[in-house]
Amino acid sequence: MSIKLSNIYHTYSKGTPFERLALNDVSLEISKGEIVAIIGHTGSGKSTLVQHLNGLLKPDKGSASIDDINITAKSAEAKTARQQVGMVFQYPEHQLFAETVFEDIAFGPRNKGFAEDELEKQVREAMAFVGLDYDTYAQRSPFQLSGGQMRRVAIAGVVAMKPDYLVLDEPSAGLDPRSRNAVFKEIMSLHKSRGIAIVLVTHSMEEAVKYADRLLVINTGKVLFDGTPADIFKQHADELVKVGVDVPQVYKLADLLRKNGLAVKENIKDDMSLVKAIKQAKGWK
Amino acid sequence: MISIKNLKHYYTDADGNEVRALDGVSLEIKQGEFVAVIGANGSGKSTLARHLNALLLPTDGTVLVDGMDTEDESKMWDIRQKVGMVFQNPDNQIVAAIVEEDVAFGPENIGVPGPEIPQRVADSLAAVGMTEYAKHAPHLLSGGQKQRVAIAGILALQPECIVLDEPTAMLDPQGRKEIVGTVRKLNEEKNMTIVYITHYMVEALAADRVVVMEKGHIRFMGTPREVFSRVDELEALGLEAPLAAKVASELRKSGVKLPQDIITDEELAQALCQ
Amino acid sequence: MLTDITLGQYFPGNSFIHKLDPRTKLLATLIYIIAIFFAVTPLAYGILTVFAAVVILISRVPWMLVFKSLKPIWIIVILTMLIHMFTAPGEHIVFTWKFLSVTAEGIDMGVKMAVRLILLLLFSSVLTFTTSPIVLTDGIENLLRPFKKLGVPAHELAMMMTIALRFIPTLLDETDRIMKAQTSRGAEFASGNIFQRMKNMLPLLVPLFISAFRRADELAVAMEARCYRGGEGRTRMHELVYASRDYLAFALIIILAVGLAVLRWGNICVQ
Repeated sequence: MSIKLSNIYHTYSKGTPFERLALNDVSLEISKGEIVAIIGHTGSGKSTLVQHLNGLLKPDKGSASIDDINITAKSAEAKTARQQVGMVFQYPEHQLFAETVFEDIAFGPRNKGFAEDELEKQVREAMAFVGLDYDTYAQRSPFQLSGGQMRRVAIAGVVAMKPDYLVLDEPSAGLDPRSRNAVFKEIMSLHKSRGIAIVLVTHSMEEAVKYADRLLVINTGKVLFDGTPADIFKQHADELVKVGVDVPQVYKLADLLRKNGLAVKENIKDDMSLVKAIKQAKGWK
Repeated sequence: MISIKNLKHYYTDADGNEVRALDGVSLEIKQGEFVAVIGANGSGKSTLARHLNALLLPTDGTVLVDGMDTEDESKMWDIRQKVGMVFQNPDNQIVAAIVEEDVAFGPENIGVPGPEIPQRVADSLAAVGMTEYAKHAPHLLSGGQKQRVAIAGILALQPECIVLDEPTAMLDPQGRKEIVGTVRKLNEEKNMTIVYITHYMVEALAADRVVVMEKGHIRFMGTPREVFSRVDELEALGLEAPLAAKVASELRKSGVKLPQDIITDEELAQALCQ
Repeated sequence: MLTDITLGQYFPGNSFIHKLDPRTKLLATLIYIIAIFFAVTPLAYGILTVFAAVVILISRVPWMLVFKSLKPIWIIVILTMLIHMFTAPGEHIVFTWKFLSVTAEGIDMGVKMAVRLILLLLFSSVLTFTTSPIVLTDGIENLLRPFKKLGVPAHELAMMMTIALRFIPTLLDETDRIMKAQTSRGAEFASGNIFQRMKNMLPLLVPLFISAFRRADELAVAMEARCYRGGEGRTRMHELVYASRDYLAFALIIILAVGLAVLRWGNICVQ
């Protein structure tokens, strides 16, 4: 069970003076159950890349498949396969359109062919996942909610389609720290309980190392590095800075401590795991 | 430069409830000062910003800009020329389809004679490092570049104070660095008064003073060091302290003796490794 | 992708025509269009065609591009020609088919109308090829200014055009993004009958309108913050000034128009 891209090329504005090669021979596989962070500076090709994961863009060359079904085909089978990949775009609250929260969340599942009597269950579940109370919010207009709540409704609308793979492009953009943490907590609980794959496109290295088991670093339309966050930031720190990717703050701090003679362990995910590592290195309990 | 006394701003929301966006805020901002205002969404920080150049008027209390009351309609345009404002979404504040035309928009509005405008435009673009983009179309620029054009558009009005309302919320890390760098430069080199609203704590580190808001009140304020070492209080307000301060605070909680005011990586390394 | 659409058909260049003041080009185009209707004889049409050809040649806009701009309207040209052919009254019947008859006068009329339309479009396309939309807006505002007393909101119209030029690419990007987001949620925009299609467009149109309104709102506040208070007391960075080449251009186009007028009404007098 995986999404597979093989030797994908993608060119924008082909045949015009604005022609630009956005993806240059990209191959990768994302398996069900993984949490992958895709990082790279603006214009590196990462947005183009994720749009190939559910067939929104068609490759000029190369092939894309989901669970071994070719998704660039026109068949009904390909369409079903494409819908296994849920896509949460940047500022997803800008796609809300229905009169009630319920209707908006039900839009995707309805298109996917869920029966009407099943819909309510899907919507309820999706709303529970993103921490919105069904009885309070289902019949409200999505446009009267706060920014953070609107974002949750939009994410619920994708979650309700029960995808096997969930791609999120900067899901925390523009939110304050509290809402940011809440959104991630919800995504992680979704991953745990349903075992779906999470593909996280992000500019925040903090988020990438905190949540992902695997990093894909994209630069000039190619996969530059593919591996665990610890390995990539340890082995390629200098190259990363050169391609405009920052080393996460926890890594910088841990590194500084090591340079000063405190042997904190590798593989630190966030502030709390750094605190633990310091205590360990110092022999404090 | 700006004097805010017991400022209140109430309004009625769509459901008919009274919202107290600002509920008694007093603050003095000195000429040349760099003040960062932080707070979670809905803390009232943007509402406060919009009172500084008469885009919003107080329900109660006063806002004085160089002694001019923002409620005095005859002074409104003087105030807006003195206090410029940069907003969150870089797309929605650029008016013209060519960068230099957009920067000229402000001076044209206040009736600067045509022949003097090109110099103002050139100076403003130079101050934000966008000179080479003068003839470009804004929609093809990066977020950070657009936001610098927006700042140039304000500079062209030759203000004394710039209020930036979450200018980096929609930008990538590169764009954020560009804006923070530009703002610091304006403050240090041109002695521009800066009011910088953000929820990225790191960006507030460069400020002279940090003001922390919650529910329409100023909870506390002080130098970045004073504010950011109050880790637990910040977290209770839904804000994040800088990493080193957070780690130091957690270590102190488990009984490790560390100075109260650690906020940078270097300070933490020194305290732990001496 | 939607963003491939380039706005207008401005072809950047540095020719004599490009450098003309936009007001000159606007007025010259207007005079040319009037002159077209002075023409009745083949000689007059010949002069007009040669004039247009020379102007295109000087502008150095590729011929291919100019003819391409005719592509979307050739159906209208042919239709106009046919309608005139079949409906114009005349005595010399060329052929009859059922109740329709084509006269020599009809053919004459039809061909003339088609030539007029083509010339009109060719000449005005030179205007849009050689003038960027922004400069064109300036020109229109300037020309309309004297009519302000008659209630023509020249400044407001120009400001609207400026903002439209600025935001059309942004809104096209946005349309693209929303379409992709809704497609990912299984939306279909291109299937079903016309009523279904209109309903299917709602998930695109509603967010697009909301976004446009939000942008308008934010832009209005930002403009106010930059001391915008309408056209009163406003100055311009680049005031338009006529150069000697503009007077030359005016001279030429007026000679053309007067010449054509003489050709037509001069003849009548002689007869």
